[in-house]
Amino acid sequence: MSANGSHNLAIHARGLAKRFGDLRAVDGIDLDVPRGMIYAILGPNGAGKTTLMRMLATLAHPDAGTASVMGHDLASQPQRVRGEIAMTGQFASLDEDLTGRENLVMLARLWGFRGRGARERADHLLAAFELTDAAVKQVKDYSGGMRRRLDIAASLIVTPGVLFLDEPTTGLDPVARKSVWRMIRALAGSGVTVLLTTQYLDEADQLAARIAVIDHGRKIAEGTSRELKAATGSGFLHVALVDPTRLEEAATLLESKLGAAVQRSAEGATLAVIARTTRDANLALAALLDAGIELADFSMGSPSLDEVFFSLTGKGQA
Amino acid sequence: MTDFHQAARPPAPSKLSNALVFGWRAVLKFKHVPEQLFDLVMTPIMFTLLFTFVFGGALAGSPGEYLQYFVPGILVQTVMFNAVYSGMGLSTDLGKGLFDRFRSLPIWSLSPFAGLMVGDVLRHVIAGGIILTIGLLLGFRPAAGILGVLGSFALLIMVGFGMGWIFIVLGLLIRTPMTVMTIGFSALFPLVFASNIMVNPETMPGWLRAFVEVNPVSLTTTAMRGLMSGGVTAGELGRALIAPVALTLVLAPVTLRLYRRQ
Ligand SMILES: Nc1ncnc2c1ncn2[C@@H]1O[C@H](COP(=O)(O)OP(=O)(O)OP(=O)(O)O)[C@@H](O)[C@H]1O
Ligand SMILES: [Mg+2]
Repeated sequence: MSANGSHNLAIHARGLAKRFGDLRAVDGIDLDVPRGMIYAILGPNGAGKTTLMRMLATLAHPDAGTASVMGHDLASQPQRVRGEIAMTGQFASLDEDLTGRENLVMLARLWGFRGRGARERADHLLAAFELTDAAVKQVKDYSGGMRRRLDIAASLIVTPGVLFLDEPTTGLDPVARKSVWRMIRALAGSGVTVLLTTQYLDEADQLAARIAVIDHGRKIAEGTSRELKAATGSGFLHVALVDPTRLEEAATLLESKLGAAVQRSAEGATLAVIARTTRDANLALAALLDAGIELADFSMGSPSLDEVFFSLTGKGQA
Repeated sequence: MTDFHQAARPPAPSKLSNALVFGWRAVLKFKHVPEQLFDLVMTPIMFTLLFTFVFGGALAGSPGEYLQYFVPGILVQTVMFNAVYSGMGLSTDLGKGLFDRFRSLPIWSLSPFAGLMVGDVLRHVIAGGIILTIGLLLGFRPAAGILGVLGSFALLIMVGFGMGWIFIVLGLLIRTPMTVMTIGFSALFPLVFASNIMVNPETMPGWLRAFVEVNPVSLTTTAMRGLMSGGVTAGELGRALIAPVALTLVLAPVTLRLYRRQ
């Protein structure tokens, strides 16, 4: 295997595009994902995350662009690609009427395990994903967290080269979420390339070595979480007001002094805004004090991924 | 978390083996959701009792006489309506992303449909068996005996197979199972009622009779009666098979196209 070029990449995509009618769901995306990495695609609802992933998983035909997955061309060798990947979709891709074990046995047989081999593989995965106790329950009686674990286990019948996870923790409680994170890290540790989508910035921050931010079908930024933060600007001024009713007034003032969009969070009565220099920040704080707006707290620091996202997309994240 | 790694891949399975797995899934569904049979047989049982005891005397002289006429027809009706449920099942599966998983596997792409067909055939045979048993208990006596009954079930399966394509296509096109059901039943009602299943068309107005006589449901019912009574002709059998053969030839490629598209 050659040491250079796209051969070392698990995913290599150029100009991938897909439209639905007039809507450009994915509008020319390039993606390079090295082997063995956890790579996150971060974007708001409707950004095109699922559509992009479905194309890479051979489930949707791109209207334009090319891609290879584990060295196999998507368009000309889809069956080869399928042999190397597994996908856990955004919505559970399990048979609700069957038991957890039957679901896994069915998939194991489809992969070519026979009789006892298929049952052993299923039991092995059930144990690895802490589902042995629920093995003979129908999936429709599973909790959200169990369902997600089974769905991921179902993608690991044979260890894939690339695992696609579409919003793996959406709708899970914090405990279930942590346990899915642990499994994703363990998978990557064993050499599996993981491409995951998420709307949660902390998830991308915690799990992924690299992050692509997409919005309206376009990639608007790409890099490590540190690089993304650095690109947004070194300094972020955070202020917390004593009197939340003056939030708008304070925001307008900051906006005019610093010439940048201000992010508001109404609950905490806090504002965040880019400040190019500490001098700018000081002047802005002075202006607030002159206007008689009392501060409960203020700080200057590097932006959180939320703030990065905001400044890239112009949207606030809940 | 313990080890989940699988180093050795099993050899790639054959198409047949893929298809059999989906057949197995259909059988498991019967085990876990036996109530689906209830949906399938309740209506035909009610129809059998209603038509035999309420209308039977007026229509054929006596309920016993009428039963001989009606049982082959109600079997055809049962199979027709069964196909709607299989379309609903497919639409449900597609809506849940389960088929996305199947489609992302390196398997023969038509194998999931082979499995659906296995499920359909099972449903037809089980539901048909229950209706026939009730008919026999009430006094239905097929003159052609066991062989006639077996022959008529073989025809039923072929008709169900042909119908199955319609609902596979609907299931692929429509993502809401309830809509599949509404469309299915609306289309089937005129076909089933404007047929010779319940009454002899002799007393119908000419324009309706013209339709009833070419309605594939009538053609099937006529062949079913012939098979069960022993008087079937090759022509009757041939005419009964036109619709299923045509449906399969036209809709199997359409199914493949729809499934691969997107
Ligand atoms: N099959 C389809 N037909 C028509 N429009 C579609 C289809 N699939 C997706 N879209 C549209 O394409 C855009 C991108 O959708 P996509 O599901 O890829 O977004 P997403 O980033 O995964 O969003 P979410 O976070 O809500 O899952 C959306 O505007 C969506 O409505
Ligand atoms: Mg999505």
